[in-house]
Amino acid sequence: MSRRAFCAVALACSLAIPALTVYGKKAKTTTPEPPAISQMSGDQKVLYALNRLSYGPRPGDVEAVKKFGLDRWIELQLHPGSIPENPTLIAKLQPLDTLVLPTDLMIETYPPPQLIRAMVDGRAAFPEDPLTRMMIRRQVERYKVQEEARTKKTPQAQAAARRVAEMSMVPDLNAVIHSLTPDQQNAIKNGTPLERVKTLEALPDATQIDVLDALKPQQRQGLFPLASPRLRRRITVLGSGQQIIYQDLVEGKLLRAVYSNKQLEEVLTDFWFNHFNVYFDKGPDRNFTTSYERDVIRPNVLGKFHDLLLATAESSAMLYYLDNWESVGANSEQGNNFRARGQKRGLNENYGRELMELHTLGVDGGYTQKDVTEVSRCFTGWTVRNPERGGQFLFDSRLHDNGEKMVLGVKIPPGGGMDDGLKVLDMLSKSPATAHFISKELAMRFVSDNPPAELVDRMAKTFLSTDGDLREVMRSMVTSPEFWAPENFHAKVKTPLEMLASSLRVTNADVDYTFLLAQQLNVMGQPLYRKVEPTGYSLKNADWLNSAALLGRMNFSLALVSNRIPGIKVDLAPYQSAADANDVAHALFMADLSPDTKKAIQLGVDNPEILQQVNQRAQMQDAGMPGRGRRGTDGGFSAVASDKTALLAGLTLGSPDFQRR
Amino acid sequence: MSLNRRIFLKNSALAMVGIGAAPLWLQRTMYASETAAQRKKILVAIFQRGAADGLNIVVPHGEKRYYELRPTLQIPQPSAAVDKEHSVIDLDGMFGFHPALAALKPIWDNGHLAMVHAAGSPDPTRSHFDAQDYMESGTPGMKSIEGGWMNRALLPMQGPQSPMRAVALGATLPRSLRGVNDAVAIESLRSFQVRDTNAAKIFEDLYLSTDDQVLNGTGKETFEAVSILKKVQSAPYTPANGANYPNGRFSDSLRQIAQLIKANVGVEVAFSDYGGWDHHVQEMNALPNMLRDFGGSLAAFWNDLGDLRDDVVVVTMSEFGRTAKENGTRGTDHGHANVMFVMGGPVKGGKVYGKWPGLADHELYEKRDLAVTTDFRAVLGEVVSNHIGNKDVAKVFPGYQGGPQDFRGFLKA
Repeated sequence: MSRRAFCAVALACSLAIPALTVYGKKAKTTTPEPPAISQMSGDQKVLYALNRLSYGPRPGDVEAVKKFGLDRWIELQLHPGSIPENPTLIAKLQPLDTLVLPTDLMIETYPPPQLIRAMVDGRAAFPEDPLTRMMIRRQVERYKVQEEARTKKTPQAQAAARRVAEMSMVPDLNAVIHSLTPDQQNAIKNGTPLERVKTLEALPDATQIDVLDALKPQQRQGLFPLASPRLRRRITVLGSGQQIIYQDLVEGKLLRAVYSNKQLEEVLTDFWFNHFNVYFDKGPDRNFTTSYERDVIRPNVLGKFHDLLLATAESSAMLYYLDNWESVGANSEQGNNFRARGQKRGLNENYGRELMELHTLGVDGGYTQKDVTEVSRCFTGWTVRNPERGGQFLFDSRLHDNGEKMVLGVKIPPGGGMDDGLKVLDMLSKSPATAHFISKELAMRFVSDNPPAELVDRMAKTFLSTDGDLREVMRSMVTSPEFWAPENFHAKVKTPLEMLASSLRVTNADVDYTFLLAQQLNVMGQPLYRKVEPTGYSLKNADWLNSAALLGRMNFSLALVSNRIPGIKVDLAPYQSAADANDVAHALFMADLSPDTKKAIQLGVDNPEILQQVNQRAQMQDAGMPGRGRRGTDGGFSAVASDKTALLAGLTLGSPDFQRR
Repeated sequence: MSLNRRIFLKNSALAMVGIGAAPLWLQRTMYASETAAQRKKILVAIFQRGAADGLNIVVPHGEKRYYELRPTLQIPQPSAAVDKEHSVIDLDGMFGFHPALAALKPIWDNGHLAMVHAAGSPDPTRSHFDAQDYMESGTPGMKSIEGGWMNRALLPMQGPQSPMRAVALGATLPRSLRGVNDAVAIESLRSFQVRDTNAAKIFEDLYLSTDDQVLNGTGKETFEAVSILKKVQSAPYTPANGANYPNGRFSDSLRQIAQLIKANVGVEVAFSDYGGWDHHVQEMNALPNMLRDFGGSLAAFWNDLGDLRDDVVVVTMSEFGRTAKENGTRGTDHGHANVMFVMGGPVKGGKVYGKWPGLADHELYEKRDLAVTTDFRAVLGEVVSNHIGNKDVAKVFPGYQGGPQDFRGFLKA
């Protein structure tokens, strides 16, 4: 099979992709030397742009961008508002309602245990929506059981009460399906999972939930891979309602990374979320993170830095994550009350420090411990109203230290109230140190671990002259000759997210559901929304390489192309008839693999012993022997290549070459 | 790991072509294993995430105030009136184990298990997130320090090193183990491999032959570690001395740490964590089961180690303790000081170390929590200094002003 054939199946491109003769850092251009800095050219340049400004090329992308014009494509990516979104993505995101619900409604629909307790105690109302009511009924029952058990005196009696109650908690299946047709009853009671799913999908909502609720948990879980997205959500919610918030967040992120047409916006949303990192599992941040990404980060990634900074400073997610919500000014009204009662509550410097160290000036940005304290005093009173019910920003003047402050040599007069913090944000977002720090971080993400000083300086200058316009900073980066220097090609090691997303894109994977896919990221060391430290994940190559993570990448590659990750489908048919190992590799890598990699793969797959084993396995599978998507006893998927093509594809995606972008 | 180290590894590997199949450092450890004197000292750290209730784990049953503070959560004093299953296992007249920790009593009796009570962090935070981070970085109150105390505790070493010097059982590398020295995260020994054996061989060639230095270095370590673990696992593992590991994740990780230690693959520090100690409600229901598992696992590990016990010290920690007084939902809230266990051959056990601050209102920290009388860094520092042999405690715990004068002396000289 020729390269032409790969292309044809890819995205109806009419030209064959010429082989790229460059590899990694050894790349040399053949174009005449421009005056100062040598530049990439041709396909390499397009591939580089796709690797940096998107989550990696899909088949046909290089041709499409060439046809469209690289400069025009970049300009378009800098204006995501004018890019029509991919209908496939829109359809796949549609069922994920937590991604669009306002936080208070989201909490009400998927209430945490505390809220359910409050509902039972009459401190909060049950939701109006009848379906939502049904979904939380099980959780209310569970709470009642706990309450009842609590009244018993000995642990044994408590345990007994709980067992009895749990038994009576599960609705009787016969009673629930009483009104169904005999065929439906039979399918629900004795049918295969597929028959059950078909029957369930045809039932009215309320009956469907009732039946689901009456099934045994294992029976319910067994339906998952076959169910429609809507039915799947109900299965999840009946198990654990709150889980859906995290699942949607992760699924939304992965779906967008793979399918969104606004690729640069997605990459930047990831970058800025990470820059202003919050940790999903820190208390109420479980409920705040969805809105944080949607309303605080994404709308501002190509806007003014000051707006982004202010939005994070006022966000419930950040106020909670870095503890500012509980910071109390020493000389505030409340501070005095606390002291009078002998309570130790006072200034918390966490946000003040990270604001300067991580968000703006950088650790070498020239601030002192005194500045940290003073900035923290300025932000006293910036807190969260109603954290349990969604949380809104609140400036509480009773917590605010109204004395005079001195920040970075600038006097902030007493009595400024909330203006103190606003002034600090203004100062910080105008500081040359911030301009430099932000520019350098962007260049580390988009160019290399040690970006050239000239490039960073030029970006910082743009930052300062445009009042921190992030689109202009990005534009100044991509129009700089340093950005296109050949040594940057493949200079970055992909993060696990980038590796996973680029693999899914280059294989044209169909992503149905992602919670098992997301587990792969945990194994590779990048659990989404779960970076505990305010530093966010590292931008440096070396930090992504450790033994468990590397093995995780290899196993993921093989599992993906062998269709062994539930929820994900890859079609290798276009590559099936490839004669030459390098043809498959080239189609997936989109450039020539390094000679060492090529040789090792060729030697490996030409090994008769290995070939024989792989073929045997493929035959066994054709005969329907081992089940697909079977999970190993260690919780991993059986990542064994299903045939030679899968082996080749898996080796390519897991190769050292593919770990770079 | 620095690039220099990677290049060095690569070069050293090239240099030994022809010597034999075993990596150089492995030959050294195999050699070393023949002379007991050169055996490495090993530190096993266990993190109880969620803030375990130290007051109901090592119970101050000699203090009347404990019974006043905990009307429903109290563990009764040993007496004829209460059956043994539900009363304190007395240790020294003042303290006693929770009855679910019965498996640890023989180790205490034999003098290999000690506790330090009222130990904790000088930082006042009651945030799980911050307190865990501070305890793992070893720098309470300082967030800008990178890496963790266990990585810093490793002694500087010349020449090729085992990739298994620092091992965590779990999917990610915990903060405690991160830093300049290599550390391996192993989800389970069995899953630490390329599961497709054909692909594994080719992948190994790919990573060993690539001229991409960074990936070559990590690849080499990885496949070295994989091949070591394969050898470790070539025979099914049977715990020694009839050690009976309970079923569970924590127990599994201790069993695998024992397996690695016995295989003598160069482990110096090992880490395992155990989550779920945050008992705000109905503590009576959850705590006993967890303690049974916790104690049973530690006891099995101890039995399993056999004559390697002299090389090993196990230390436990939890980010902070819980309120002295029980709350309104038959649980306890976030508190301050806690109890730390120290178990090992070199331990002068059978004793509860530390200064007991008392539970009277005026003795409690902020009138609610057990006060800290031993900085957790003094406990970890003593192990690092006197067991691992890294005397530079100030480097392991940047910013720590304490030193040997603060050690509680639970290790044999």
